[in-house]
Amino acid sequence: MPVKRFSICSGRVVDPSQGMDEPADIHIADGKILAIGDKPDDFTAEQTIDASGLVVSPGLVDLSARLREPGQEHKATIASETRAAACNGITTLCCPPDTKPVIDTPAVAELLQQRSEASGMSQVLPLAALTQGLQGKHLAEMGNLKEAGCVGVSNALKPIEDTRVLAHAFDYAASCDLSVFIQPIDPWLGRDGFAHEGQLSTRMGLAGIPSSTETIALSRDLLLIEQTGVRAHFCRISTAGAVALIREAKARKLPVTADVCAHQLFLTEVDLGPYDSQCHVYPPLRSQRDQDALRQGVADGTIDAICSDHQPHEPDAKLAPFGETEPGISALDTLLPLTLRLGREIHKPLVETLGYLSHAPAKILGTQAGTLQVGQQADLCLIDTQNYWQLNNGSFNSRCHNSPFLDWELQGRCVATFIRGRQVFSKIQT
Amino acid sequence: MKTMQFNEAGRLQHFLGIEGIKRPLLMKILQVAQSFVSSTEDGQQTVRKVPLLRGKTVMNLFFENSTRTRTTFEIAAKRLSADVINFNINASSTSKGESLTDTLHNLEAMYADMFVVRHTASGAAHFIARHVKPHVHIVNAGDGSHEHPTQALLDALTIQQVKGEFAPLRVAIVGDILHSRVARSLIFALNILGVSEIRAVGPKTLLPRHIETLGAHPYTNLKAGVTDVDVVVMLRLQRERMQSALLPSEHEYFQQYGLTEAVLEYAAPDVTVMHPGPINRGVEIASSVVDGSHSVILQQVSNGIAVRMAVMAMSMGVALS
Repeated sequence: MPVKRFSICSGRVVDPSQGMDEPADIHIADGKILAIGDKPDDFTAEQTIDASGLVVSPGLVDLSARLREPGQEHKATIASETRAAACNGITTLCCPPDTKPVIDTPAVAELLQQRSEASGMSQVLPLAALTQGLQGKHLAEMGNLKEAGCVGVSNALKPIEDTRVLAHAFDYAASCDLSVFIQPIDPWLGRDGFAHEGQLSTRMGLAGIPSSTETIALSRDLLLIEQTGVRAHFCRISTAGAVALIREAKARKLPVTADVCAHQLFLTEVDLGPYDSQCHVYPPLRSQRDQDALRQGVADGTIDAICSDHQPHEPDAKLAPFGETEPGISALDTLLPLTLRLGREIHKPLVETLGYLSHAPAKILGTQAGTLQVGQQADLCLIDTQNYWQLNNGSFNSRCHNSPFLDWELQGRCVATFIRGRQVFSKIQT
Repeated sequence: MKTMQFNEAGRLQHFLGIEGIKRPLLMKILQVAQSFVSSTEDGQQTVRKVPLLRGKTVMNLFFENSTRTRTTFEIAAKRLSADVINFNINASSTSKGESLTDTLHNLEAMYADMFVVRHTASGAAHFIARHVKPHVHIVNAGDGSHEHPTQALLDALTIQQVKGEFAPLRVAIVGDILHSRVARSLIFALNILGVSEIRAVGPKTLLPRHIETLGAHPYTNLKAGVTDVDVVVMLRLQRERMQSALLPSEHEYFQQYGLTEAVLEYAAPDVTVMHPGPINRGVEIASSVVDGSHSVILQQVSNGIAVRMAVMAMSMGVALS
C-alpha cells in the first residue's frame, strides 16, 4: 500500500515561489501539500521522513530535455530519461517537438504523455511544432495540439526562413493563447559551422558560427513579437548580444522570457581543444565574454531560467572527428549541481538559485509545478547541498554518458524525490 | 591546446600539427630533412634509399583524394625502406557504413606501424591518434581546414635553403586563408621559427575573422600586402568558392589577387615565390611567374620527400645521428 499521508520533518524548506527559506515540517496528504509548519489537528502521518540536514525544494522543472522517443530509442527512451530526471529531482520536464515523427499532431503529443504517465516518473510536457513537420511552410494545428496537452509551440532547431510564415505563426499562436518557444537561429549564417566563430575556430580550422547567427534572428523575432503581441520565450541563449537585446526588450515591457543551458555558464570555446566531441553542442560554446554576459544576465534576471538542454547520445554518436559527431550533452545529471555552483559563484541565496530551476521555468510553461504552496501537487525533492561527488560512468542516471563534465567534482545532489506525493527515488540513509 | 604529439618521455609520437612544437624540434626536423637532400650538379635531389624503417609498415589512409601528397609520402616511406600500402577510403569502407574506428582497428590488426592520414574533417588526425593502439604512429597529411604540417615544413625548408635565416624575413601568404590548412600550418611554423612579419593577404571573405590572433597581419590589397616582402606563398583557389558567394568570379580574382610580374615589382628584389600546388595558372598566379626566376615551386616538391622522410623516421623514434 502506498503511503498516502506523510510528513517530511526537520528539513530546510526552500520555496522560491513564496520566497521561503526556513526550517519547517511539511505535511502531505493524497498527493497534495497539506501544510507547512505545524501539523493540522486532524492529520496523522503514516510515515515520517527525517530531512534534517537536507533542503526540501519544489520538484525541479527542466525547460528542455530530449527523451529520444519516439524515433531514436537506440539512444534513450521516455522511461529511461524520465527516471533519470526523477533521480535528479526534476519532476517536470518539457520536451521539444523535434521527435520523429514531429509533435505536430495530437496523436504524437498524447503518445508522449501516455508513455511518461506509464513510466510513473517525471511528468512530460510536450511543446508542439509551430509549423507542420517543422518545415516552416504551413502552420501546425496549434489549437488542437494545445487541447492535447502541449504547453507551447516551437520550431525547435529549424529556423523559419519565410518571415511572413513566421509572423502568421506568431499571430496564430497568440490567438490560441500559446507561448512561442524560440531558439534564435539565422537560417544562413553559420549554417555549416560547428564552433563559435572566434579565436579557437580560427586556430582549429573549424567552420564558424558567428554570434550574429543568434542576434540577427533574435532582433527579427523581437520586432515580430512587438507587432503580434505573442508571448515569447527565448531558448538556449548563448551570446552577450542576445542578453543585451533581451534586457532591452524586457525594459520595453515586451512579453519575453529567456533561458540558458547550464553548460554555457561553465564552458567556453577553449574547452573544445583538442577537438573534444563532448563539447560539440548547439549553440556552440562561445567566448569568455559571452559567458560573463550570460552569468550577468542570470544574476540580474534578464535570463529567467536555467535548463539542462539534455541531449542523450549513444557512444558512437560522439566517436568521430569533431565535425562529424552529433551535438549535445547528457545533462540531467549535472543540472542541479552546476546550478547550485553557479548560485554560489554569483552570490545568490539558495532560494533564488533554486528559483531558476523551479518557479521561473514553471511560470514560463504556465504550469502549477515548481512550488510548495499548500494545495498544490506534492512534487518535491530533498537536496543534500553538502554532498560532494564526482561525475563518472557509474554515477549517471541517464542511459547516456555523453558529457564534458565527466570527472568533474560536483557539490550538491538530490537524495529523494516525490511526485504527486509518491516517493519515486530515495538515497536517504536511514 | 593540449598536445598528443609527444609520448611520456617527451619524444615525438605522432606528427599531428605544427602548433605545440617548439623551435629546437622544428629546427631538428629541418636539419634531418636537409641531410636527406643531396646536392647534384643539376640541383637537389633526395638520397636514394636508407634502411631506417626496414620491416615497418606504413599505411597511407586518404579519406580525401590527393595524388601529389600521397605519392610523396609513398616515395618517402619507400626511401626509408618501409613497406607501403595505400588506402583510398572514400571509395571503400566508410561508404559502406563502417565507422572510422572500425576501419582503424581492422588496419591495426594488419600490423601497421604508421598511418599517414588525410581527412576532410578538421581534427581527424587527432581523433585517430586518440583511438589507435600505442604502437601505431600517426602523421597528419592534412585535416580539413586545420593543419597540413608536412607542407609547412617543406615550405620552411625551402625558405631556409634559399634565404638562409628566418629572422629578417617578411612573408606574405596570399589567397584563401580561411579554408587553407596549408596557411594555418605555415603561419604557426613561421612564427615559431621567428620570421619578422607574416601577412595574410586576400579578400575579407577568404580571411578568418580572427586571423591576427594567429600572428598574421591581414591585408586586403595585394600590392600593399606584397610590398617589400621576401617570400610570397600563393595558395590554390578552389572553384567551389564562387558557388558560396565568397568571390564574384575567377576573372575578378585574378585581376585583384593574381600574382603577376607587375605585382611582384612591389616585393623585395630577390623575392621568392612559392606555391603548394596544384597550381591554377591564370587564376591565382600568372604562368610567367610560375616559370620565372623567382619561383622555387619544383624545389618545394622535392623537399617534400625529404621532409616527409624526416618526419616519418622521427615519429617512429628511429635514432638519427
